[in-house]
Amino acid sequence: MTNPNVVLHVADVHKRFGGLHALADIDLQVEEGQTHAIIGPNGAGKSTLLNVIIGKLAPTSGTVVFDGAILTGRKPYQINQLGIARVFQTPEIFADLSVLHNVMIPALAKRDGAFKLNMLRGLDSETGILREAQDMLEDVGMYGRRDMAAGSLSRGDKRRMELAMCLIQHPRLLLLDEPTAGMSRHDTNTTIELLKKIKSRGMTKVIIEHDMHVVFSLADKISVLAQGRIIADGTPDQVRGNPKVQEAYLGGAH
Amino acid sequence: MRAMSRNDLLLFLGFTLVVLAMPLWLQPFGAAYPDLLQRFMIFGIFAVGFNILFGLTGYLSFGHAAFFGVGSYAAVWSFKLLSLDAIPAMLFAIVVSGLFALLIGYVSLRRSGIYFSILTLAFAQMSYNLAYSVLTPITNGETGLQLTLNDPRYLDAAMGSAQAGQPVPTLLGQSLGGFAGFYFCAGFLILAFFIAQRITNSPFGMMLKGIKSNQTRMNYTGFNTKPYTLAAFVISGMYAGLAGALLAVTDPLAGAERMQWTASGEVVLMTILGGAGTLVGPVIGAWLIKYFENIFSAINDTMLHRFWGFLPEGADNVMVAITSKFVGEGWFLTLGLVFVLIVVFLPGGIMEGVRRIAHLFNRQRKSPDRPASQVQPAE
Repeated sequence: MTNPNVVLHVADVHKRFGGLHALADIDLQVEEGQTHAIIGPNGAGKSTLLNVIIGKLAPTSGTVVFDGAILTGRKPYQINQLGIARVFQTPEIFADLSVLHNVMIPALAKRDGAFKLNMLRGLDSETGILREAQDMLEDVGMYGRRDMAAGSLSRGDKRRMELAMCLIQHPRLLLLDEPTAGMSRHDTNTTIELLKKIKSRGMTKVIIEHDMHVVFSLADKISVLAQGRIIADGTPDQVRGNPKVQEAYLGGAH
Repeated sequence: MRAMSRNDLLLFLGFTLVVLAMPLWLQPFGAAYPDLLQRFMIFGIFAVGFNILFGLTGYLSFGHAAFFGVGSYAAVWSFKLLSLDAIPAMLFAIVVSGLFALLIGYVSLRRSGIYFSILTLAFAQMSYNLAYSVLTPITNGETGLQLTLNDPRYLDAAMGSAQAGQPVPTLLGQSLGGFAGFYFCAGFLILAFFIAQRITNSPFGMMLKGIKSNQTRMNYTGFNTKPYTLAAFVISGMYAGLAGALLAVTDPLAGAERMQWTASGEVVLMTILGGAGTLVGPVIGAWLIKYFENIFSAINDTMLHRFWGFLPEGADNVMVAITSKFVGEGWFLTLGLVFVLIVVFLPGGIMEGVRRIAHLFNRQRKSPDRPASQVQPAE
């Protein structure tokens, strides 16, 4: 690794599912503070790559290094405690709990670590965590819905709340799996605005996205994945002009 | 920093008052005698503890009677070996059942859902069979473990407070028979409720709710969920042990049938009937089931004739013929029927019914100055 700014390095990762070579020879370097988009046609291995990074899947070979720490072989909660948060394609939220509690839980994880037997303190006395959660909800424009059950939110709001659940942990790396999938144009645009806002906070982001409008409005760097391999890498303009990319993906889609 | 919010304090005080006044307000229901009241307290504690694992954390154990039984055996052994005083027996029972829960929980919690339930059931049945036959030297098998005149009671002997006559458990030398026994158990139920309330309202309690709601998200949020579930399992096991010990205090005889699967199933019924996940629900469920068991099963045809006596001649006989199927030996039929009705129409148990009624009243009162959009409240 020659570039000192690289915070996430996916090195020589292969992933096989039986005979299927889902990821082949993936080498990906994400620089600190950048928004790095991974695009590619359906079945290119984008989600598999994200699952390997977050520890949901173990790579067949290769390693993932985050800021000097090897992620491969660690459990999802350990990876989170290193400062990596993830937004899922289908929001993973606490549907039975209130919006406020949904956001307080990750804040407690950040403060108290993976396990703490704090059963004598009342939740009411956690004023610091409470204020943090309220400010976060204010930021994403959901303060008015704080007492609603999270399960009764609209799809767009669930995503926004899940994003808030990640942001309250001030992660160093945020992984976003198709954050606007299935959203209306209006919801997509508000999400882009929100993501742009957090871009200025200097957080590193890896984003998987189908929607080219979203990708080109947010990404600093783009890697194009096709059939489990990275076929192109570079700034949005470089990628847009790459004939291989147009053949594999953009040409077909547009 | 407030110790408790105003609502929690009111709930706790209200609960305390209702429990302590039970000998009064249960009089008209014919349930105000010590033996039954003690059982109300004991199974209330059992259900409150079970709810911490099932209602809060979402793990359905079908083997909690094992911890109840272990608590009973441990308490009786304490009476035999240490002292007839109830306090060492309770402490010993809680510690032993806690360790036992740690062991079984550690293995069972490697799985979740139905596999977890089956594992707990298997362990409980194993414990039952061990207690019934293999471990006869410890459990006295079929006969059950009981106190005898020849028990060593080293602590009592050392203190020189040997008792004459048939040994019975005491508290600092005072007898625990009758209403004294009830108030002793009531003190523990109130304490058990208080601790459960604190756990529910603590950050730890919120983590348990998070695990019930979405364990995947908990993992990706940075929580190691294993120790949380194990802690919940051990706490509820200790509650069960405490309840088992209290049963041994009020009636110092421990038998293996306390560990059977029917006993494990009963606490599940109590919790669901009252409302899993609520604080008061499981206690109400326990009270109702024990009430049915003791009162309904004692009703006979003569009493039914008196009850339907106001009906015209002939009609009362028909009613007696019908209702007699649901009382006495047939009270399980009533229990089953009530349970089916609750699960079908009120999946949240009696507490959900209470909430719905309260909601209805609120809406009627507030409807004029309130917009139609009803915000769905969180749990």
